[in-house]
Amino acid sequence: MKELALMASDEALYTVLDAIRDALSEHGWEDEPTTQILISAEEIFVNIAHYAYGGESKEAWVKIDADENRCILEFRDKGKPYNPLLKEDPDITLSADEREIGGLGIFMVKEFMDREDYRFEDGQNIFTVEKKRP
Amino acid sequence: MTINEIKGDNSITLAVEGQVDTVTAPDLQRQLLTAFQKSKNIVLDLTNVGYMSSAGLRALLLGQKTATSKGGKMTVTNVCDAVMQVFTMSGFAKVLNIK
Repeated sequence: MKELALMASDEALYTVLDAIRDALSEHGWEDEPTTQILISAEEIFVNIAHYAYGGESKEAWVKIDADENRCILEFRDKGKPYNPLLKEDPDITLSADEREIGGLGIFMVKEFMDREDYRFEDGQNIFTVEKKRP
Repeated sequence: MTINEIKGDNSITLAVEGQVDTVTAPDLQRQLLTAFQKSKNIVLDLTNVGYMSSAGLRALLLGQKTATSKGGKMTVTNVCDAVMQVFTMSGFAKVLNIK
């Protein structure tokens, strides 16, 4: 298990993605599920970076727990309480003209990961996702 | 991510290489909009793109909307399985002109 403590910002994104990629590679995960996990991690981390602290860059923690069979990621921040799972799914049947720019991030997380769990505890948003190795 | 611009007779091809994510997508968006100022037909060659997050989809949607508003066309080519999966899952496979 590995835990990162970092400032939630776009600049820190690759630190997070590299750590997850290394952990999955260590356990022999294939490219496809690895990419799906990395995209999910990006969507969650960037959400924290952009919205948790009203645009300010403050602390976030990412816990990476991967083995041969499953990968569990836990994201924590001390920003305003926000449950991303309550966000309504976008209508993916709309045409380009009808579609709004954005709103797909958390939808992709739900599609790519097998389990998503949000809780607010001790003043922290705690968002946990899990993917089983296909 | 790097983008190589190739001018054709009636279109401009943007050959993208690398990861299209939150950090790099704004650059793709800028180059797409700049290319649309020179030509109303843009080809986006994704041969060397194996990763695209929602930030990349945003840039492509803006490109598609720009093409429509100019009466032009944005064609996305050489999409790998991983990126096609993102397009299919998000409904973009129907929104974009993919060849």
